[in-house]
Amino acid sequence: MNATNVVPLTRKDFQTDQEVRWCPGCGDYAILASVQKVMPELGIPRENIVFISGIGCSSRFPYYMNTYGFHTIHGRAPAIATGLKNTRPDLQVWVVTGDGDALSIGGNHFIHALRRNVDLKILLFNNRIYGLTKGQYSPTSEFGKKAKSTPYGSIDTPVNPIQLALGANASFIGRSIDVEAKHLQEMLRRMAEHKGTAVLEILQNCNVFNDGAWDHLTNKATKDEHQLVLEHGKPLVFAGGKKGIRMRGFELEVVEVGEGGVDESELLVWDEHANPALAFMLAGLGPDFPTPIGVFRQVERPVHHELEDQQIRAVTERLGAGDLAKLIAGKDTWTVE
Amino acid sequence: MESQPVSIPEKRVERLDAVTIRFCGDSGDGMQLTGTEFTKASAIAGNDLRTFPDFPAEIRAPAGTLAGVSGFQIQFSSHPVYTPGDRPDVLVAMNPAALKANLPDLVPGGVVIANTGGFTAQNLKKAGYDSNPLEDGSLSGYQLIPVDITKLTETALHGSGLTTREIGRSKNMFALGLMLWLYQRPLEKAVADLRAKFVGRPEIADANEKVLRAGHAFGETAELFPNIYEVPAAKLAPGTYRNISGNQALALGVVAATQLSGLKGFLGSYPITPASDILHELSRYKNFGISTFQAEDEIAAVAAAIGAAFGGNLGVTTSSGPGIALKQEAINLAVMAELPLLVIDVQRGGPSTGLPTKTEQADLLQVLYGRNGESPVPVLAAQSPSDCFRTVLEAARIAIRYMTPVVVLSDGYIANGQEPWKLPDASELERIQVSFRTEPEGFQPYARDPETLARAWVRPGTPGMEHRIGGLEKHALTGAVSYDPKNHEEMVKVRAAKVERIAQDYAPLEVEGSPSGKLLVVGWGSTHGAIAGAVAELRKRGRDVSHLHLRHLNPLPRDLGEILSRFERVVVPELNLGQLRTILRSRYLVDAKGINKVQGKPFQIAELVASLEEHLS
Repeated sequence: MNATNVVPLTRKDFQTDQEVRWCPGCGDYAILASVQKVMPELGIPRENIVFISGIGCSSRFPYYMNTYGFHTIHGRAPAIATGLKNTRPDLQVWVVTGDGDALSIGGNHFIHALRRNVDLKILLFNNRIYGLTKGQYSPTSEFGKKAKSTPYGSIDTPVNPIQLALGANASFIGRSIDVEAKHLQEMLRRMAEHKGTAVLEILQNCNVFNDGAWDHLTNKATKDEHQLVLEHGKPLVFAGGKKGIRMRGFELEVVEVGEGGVDESELLVWDEHANPALAFMLAGLGPDFPTPIGVFRQVERPVHHELEDQQIRAVTERLGAGDLAKLIAGKDTWTVE
Repeated sequence: MESQPVSIPEKRVERLDAVTIRFCGDSGDGMQLTGTEFTKASAIAGNDLRTFPDFPAEIRAPAGTLAGVSGFQIQFSSHPVYTPGDRPDVLVAMNPAALKANLPDLVPGGVVIANTGGFTAQNLKKAGYDSNPLEDGSLSGYQLIPVDITKLTETALHGSGLTTREIGRSKNMFALGLMLWLYQRPLEKAVADLRAKFVGRPEIADANEKVLRAGHAFGETAELFPNIYEVPAAKLAPGTYRNISGNQALALGVVAATQLSGLKGFLGSYPITPASDILHELSRYKNFGISTFQAEDEIAAVAAAIGAAFGGNLGVTTSSGPGIALKQEAINLAVMAELPLLVIDVQRGGPSTGLPTKTEQADLLQVLYGRNGESPVPVLAAQSPSDCFRTVLEAARIAIRYMTPVVVLSDGYIANGQEPWKLPDASELERIQVSFRTEPEGFQPYARDPETLARAWVRPGTPGMEHRIGGLEKHALTGAVSYDPKNHEEMVKVRAAKVERIAQDYAPLEVEGSPSGKLLVVGWGSTHGAIAGAVAELRKRGRDVSHLHLRHLNPLPRDLGEILSRFERVVVPELNLGQLRTILRSRYLVDAKGINKVQGKPFQIAELVASLEEHLS
């Protein structure tokens, strides 16, 4: 066996000799550091890991990971990864994409990878802007966004990546934040464990073209008020436990918890395996609510390459291994003497 | 109805060399099945043959209308034939629309076998006839044989318990039985196929067989036909044969390529006419370990195939012109990443949606030049239905040996047309060599083989060789991203040189006819049969004409320029406005002339003969 299989890997083993070329201060650095931190923990030989990306700032990612990597074309990474994973189930395949890459030009492939439950780990960096092309509004930019291509404000309603993923029946959907290293790393581990498509929206700051887009979630002064950390089996609380989320009729509401407020037992208890309708509601909470991070949904359902393998095995069992000579001859032949 | 004993008149047997029949009716009339069964019987009778189905783009256009006419043409012969026949000698027309749409093609004095039962007032009106052509004398230039197939079928199935609709759908079997009798073909194969087709519904199988036999018996007893015909067996090379269409041969070629290379096959495809049959066919071959992936769109289809290729598999994508246009960016990624990939383009009439079910050769420039940047891609074109098999195998060989995407061009004509194929011996097919690099020592992702200029194929999962590739320009050795101006130019040139090297493996070109002389006809792809037939006819007339057919459109063969220079004139017939001609003119400074047809139909031998005569004068 090769030495890399035996000696425990370290973060350094996953770094390449390439100079990392994101803008100074870009949220991508933090994400890269977290990914490189988690990779050695997974116990997977480096050669069995592949990073596939599309186009955009985030898609430079594979160059900085000392694994196999493929920097492909705009929006198509999930499709390329599907062909790879289905023919090479032995590999762990990660897809790195952004809000423009995954949700605009690659929206179709994103949806179909999720509904097929291809065993991919999709990291969706969401900075709500086009960075590489220098500052146009993106499909996740807020309505009215003033950007290079929308000097008078965007008239497009943004897409909600979590709700889209729910609609596509993704089996694992999570959200984290570039600078919340501990949380992000936990999400990465969860993704690695999951069988099937795991998609993680990573709220990421583009400090050049959309600085502060997630400031309310990362600023020490405000983040407690705005982050709602989803934890399976635990009540939905935030603001240091002083506030919580309660279901009232078909609506969610923010309530004060404890003295002067409601008892914790009245709060919603988070269940990531439950009916996705609640996850859909949480993903769509308005400005008067906190922003949930964590796992919105995790369910087991058949994985695409396994279904394919089962079919190949079943047909082969029934018909016998393919015989080329017989196939060439077909059913109707005649002989000329 | 009890049949009375009748005296069967002695029929005169007339011997014919070759016959072309076209079966035509509504798209729901089962003309494709009728034609297919007649084809099988003709093959069993030992004839050489070519077939061509012609169906509307709409699945079920309104019944009885011109738009809904479906046809199937077969030429069968006692000598080698090149095409499904220019013009039918016999037209079997199930309704007025079928007659109207196809009569202009019938040879003067040809036979019309018309289902009089289909010529109702309503159907005549739908076809735009003011009066019944079977009765108004307008067919006086033809031999009209009216047969009430509708009624005779109903009579044969009287009391069968089948619905009117089911009975109506059996009438194609009457026509088949009649034609099998007229040309003295065996019935047994059709009977066996009916039994197999309706295995779960014996009453339908019984009914169809009964009608088939009734049609056959009707020919024998009715005194409508003065003659019966004999088309003796052709002298085909000894061996075992089957009929095969181009799409079937492409699918078998892909399977063979996986078996001969030992690679797992992965087809990424999206439904598109006329290429979908390849997907259908391959999706049935799971026991060959082939994965077929019906993607969400054309781009995902090729992208997934590239992903499979990156993983060390045989990635294949199949489509037609509009789909190829969508795939071009991804094909370019395979050019840049230098990964093997098979791209099969079954051409159809364009531009845009164009004529989905009709044939054309107008994608040549698209596959050669339709991508951004300097993007050399090898292109091969199949010449006939069975030739598709060999062409795919060669394309796979090139793709793997030179680490490049390769385009195979077929078209609607050979995709659906059939011909007898002498089966290759599977055990004697040449293996396709694949070598994955596993030695990390000294590995550089873009270091090249000195002979082929190909980079090494490394499967992810190989320890110690982790590396990154992508669509950005590469450093010439390390494959790392490089914006260096000189490096870019070097890489552009080396990618071009690599593809040019492929020509070193070609066999010398073979000119059919004299190696030099007055006129060289240069063709490519599916026009082979028509050109070969026309050139043979002209040479019979003593004309100084030769034929060169190109399989390799990129890179062009190294001996092509010299061959062109040996002839006074060069003529390039194409089903486009002169795409190969443009290339030959620019590449070899030869004053090539074109014979160009863009009607969604293949060349007829006679029209090529006439055009070439003009070029000879």
